[in-house]
Amino acid sequence: MPITVKFFASLREQIKSPASQIDSAGIATVADVWAAAADIPIPDHVLCSVNLDHCTAADSVKDGDEVAFFPPITGG
Amino acid sequence: MPVTVLDTPFDPLQLLKQHEQTLEAGSVGAAAHFIGTMRNHNEGVGVSSLTLEHYPAMTTKELAKIIEDAHAKWNLIDALIVHRVGTMTPGDPIVLTAIWSAHRADAFEACRYLMEELKSRAPFWKKETLADGGDRWVEKNTAGYT
Repeated sequence: MPITVKFFASLREQIKSPASQIDSAGIATVADVWAAAADIPIPDHVLCSVNLDHCTAADSVKDGDEVAFFPPITGG
Repeated sequence: MPVTVLDTPFDPLQLLKQHEQTLEAGSVGAAAHFIGTMRNHNEGVGVSSLTLEHYPAMTTKELAKIIEDAHAKWNLIDALIVHRVGTMTPGDPIVLTAIWSAHRADAFEACRYLMEELKSRAPFWKKETLADGGDRWVEKNTAGYT
């Protein structure tokens, strides 16, 4: 199963051709997902999640996971 | 539902009244609520509208966890979070947090907790349309606890 990738808010606008799914072969961490799915280096202060839980770029991922990247939260 | 995300305007006081009707009559000794509304200015610039984007599945999950955490920290009868998404104009309510408890300390502290945790954990993002016609993403929240 592929890994699903989502980008939100200003990050989505910065990346010209974001991949929505990537092959999990050779992908071990959230940082690897960014490198495979985005066409720019990972910006400072990017937040991320795996399967709807906050995580760090060093956290591991596996087949079928949903990984999301987003800028600092500004709700409320 | 203790957590609601709406893409249409809402009346916070009406929702509070509706929710209070679901509570056991006479059980509540304290209620605290916070209502956040859209300002017509930010960082010295006029703002004509605001669009809130979110990550729907994660938003709902995270808001529910915040309420669960509040119940673990304080002695609460009930809690409510309502948040707008989509495009709104100055004066529109953005967020409502509310707590019902037996005593005031739990209500005050837990209501503040819901709001501050929401600000750092729930994946919402604001994009402002400025009075001069331009637009910009809001890059950071204003300070909470000082």
